[in-house]
Amino acid sequence: MSNTNPLLDVSGLTKHFPIKGGFPIRRTVGAVQAVDGLDFQVAEGESLGLVGESGCGKSTTGRLITRLLEPTGGRVTYRGQDITHANRKQLAPIRSEIQMIFQDPYASLNPRQTVGKIISGPMEINDINPPGGREKRVRELLEIVGLNPEHYNRFPHEFSGGQRQRIGVARALALEPKLIVADEPVSALDVSIQAQVVNLLQKVQRELGIAFVFIAHDLAIVRHFSQRVAVMYLGKIVEIGDREDLYDNPRHPYTRALLSAVPEATVDEEPRERIRLVGDVPSPINPPSGCRFRTRCWKATEKCATEAPPLVQVEGNKPGHLTACHYPETEPTIPAPRLSKDPEAAA
Amino acid sequence: MTLPTPSAAVPLEVTDESVEKVTTSGDPKGGEGRSPGRLAWKRFKRDRTGVISACIVIFFFVIGVAAPLIAKLYGKDPYTTYASQDPSLLDAFSYPAGPNGGMSSEFWFGIEPQLGRDVFTFLLYAIRNSLGIATAATLLTTIVGVVVGVTAGYLGGKTDYLVGRVIDILLSFPSTLFFIAFMPVVYGIFVKPDDNIPTGLVVFSLIVVLSAFGWASIARLLRGQVLGLREREFVEAAKVTGASPMRIVFKELLPNLWTPIIIQSTLMLPAYVTAEAGLAFLGVGVTDPTPDWGVMIGRGATFYTEDITFLLFPGLAMVIFVLAFNLLGDSVRDALDPKSKR
Ligand SMILES: Nc1ncnc2c1ncn2[C@@H]1O[C@H](COP(=O)(O)OP(=O)(O)OP(=O)(O)O)[C@@H](O)[C@H]1O
Ligand code: SF4
Ligand SMILES: [Mg+2]
Repeated sequence: MSNTNPLLDVSGLTKHFPIKGGFPIRRTVGAVQAVDGLDFQVAEGESLGLVGESGCGKSTTGRLITRLLEPTGGRVTYRGQDITHANRKQLAPIRSEIQMIFQDPYASLNPRQTVGKIISGPMEINDINPPGGREKRVRELLEIVGLNPEHYNRFPHEFSGGQRQRIGVARALALEPKLIVADEPVSALDVSIQAQVVNLLQKVQRELGIAFVFIAHDLAIVRHFSQRVAVMYLGKIVEIGDREDLYDNPRHPYTRALLSAVPEATVDEEPRERIRLVGDVPSPINPPSGCRFRTRCWKATEKCATEAPPLVQVEGNKPGHLTACHYPETEPTIPAPRLSKDPEAAA
Repeated sequence: MTLPTPSAAVPLEVTDESVEKVTTSGDPKGGEGRSPGRLAWKRFKRDRTGVISACIVIFFFVIGVAAPLIAKLYGKDPYTTYASQDPSLLDAFSYPAGPNGGMSSEFWFGIEPQLGRDVFTFLLYAIRNSLGIATAATLLTTIVGVVVGVTAGYLGGKTDYLVGRVIDILLSFPSTLFFIAFMPVVYGIFVKPDDNIPTGLVVFSLIVVLSAFGWASIARLLRGQVLGLREREFVEAAKVTGASPMRIVFKELLPNLWTPIIIQSTLMLPAYVTAEAGLAFLGVGVTDPTPDWGVMIGRGATFYTEDITFLLFPGLAMVIFVLAFNLLGDSVRDALDPKSKR
């Protein structure tokens, strides 16, 4: 991890969606605290995985980075340039460098445009004229993502979900970006096709040296794709670290719970204890005080309710492995303390 | 290069390909995509009712456009009172002397009671004028409705709220009553009470007033559509690549709105034809001697006990036209939007 000169630097990033209500005069009656103070960096060519349950603010984070949403607070810096509140004109030079791949392959392609138009659109907008013309470049891109270049004139409805997602990848690549935010790019796809698309993204990342923010709701996919992983819970990062550190030595109870839900990779191990999280994710309108995970945490104490744990390198973590918990897990392996059959081991 | 390109991708892609080949095999141009528009056209061609209705509608428009030419070939015009040149055309009570309203090889559709004008050319010009007014009103309504609806939907917020209330108010008006009340007011703005109202002003006012009350429904429909489309990811994708709001509206949203726009305007035009005729009939629209469907039917209604023929031609023509256009509208909707159920 190179903290020295990150491509993307996010600090204290916050997004609160106002809730309007009242009649006849509508006013703000509350706020959905979708994202509440995120800090992370993405180095050039690096892939950061962003993982968390549904509704924890992953998409919102992605949309804040790509500036589809206006942040409520905090700072987004791209290559040293503050883009937190940049408008469309100010963003223009950076637009081509930060691209996005969307979750829904059916909604993310305009049904009335041919594949050729969809992929050449970004070049047209940014007035990019590749040698040999845009059409040639589109054919190249189609080839890169594993589609038939002759399908240039087809419409999205003539493609399958996986193929559509490849078109979305080609569109993102059209501007030769430095950073791609991929918002659950495979979760809408059939399991048998997911691996293909992940492999395609991996190939793109390695060959073209593009940095990724890869959003997913389960840790399994991110494990193959991201060198670094951040785990989110209710709008906050609870743990972030290099892949090996995070998977082999998860310190936050929530990370453990998520990991225990990942299907067994090896067969010879004796069946792992699964941590079953009880209760629902609290509402982001009125999140719990102190540690946001405390309502579902089996180790929660008074302190957790009053004091929000800072995201720091807790004792025993490697550099760059940060955990936000007052009582980080200490055991190296997975078995959950409370559910363990052997009370000695849990102590 | 060591690409972890999945070998599993190949067979899967192949199955996809073969499926596509099967479905596209009927397409003569293999590489060409089957655009949604072309698919709709294919569906439309299979719809017999739609095709026949379209022919009838086109026939009426051709007649309207070519009215002066047809009248010239036929050798008459709608203004000359032929009875004053040849008093034998009308009987003592000023009704056509010949049978069937005076239909003959010279006056194909007979002659008008009292004034003795030629019904055929009068009807030709009536169709021409009525369709002209209705078409202009439809175009203006559609343009205003689309601009307002798309703007409100895309901008949202206060603009949307304001436009929404205006639409609510307009839609709650009993519009026919308002036309009757409003038309004299509009004339009053331009002309002194006792002066003759020039036909051009009448036509202009008709188009403006019809559109002023008509745009609300199409604007509301489009606003809703845009609200839905705006949240779609392809709009966000365009934003991420730096597209301007103009480009998003015209290149991303509008192509997806043609279906409701076309459906709405095909349903609107026949409604305007009848509305315009109704206003003329009630005496607040175009007036005699300007040829107009409503004027003709209005005059025909005063004579129908003695001379049904004079009412029959314009009445039948209008029923056929409006019916055909409505059926066409339904077929267009079925072709463009096959999932919608009536
Ligand atoms: N435009 C919006 N207005 C109000 N609330 C919003 C808006 N967008 C998102 N939210 C809320 O913000 C929270 C986080 O949403 P977000 O879409 O970022 O979650 P997510 O982690 O991407 O979930 P998922 O895995 O389901 O996609 C949710 O509670 C959601 O209801
Ligand atoms: S801070 Fe307390 S409540 Fe939060 S995760 Fe750690 S132990 Fe659980
Ligand atoms: Mg999401």
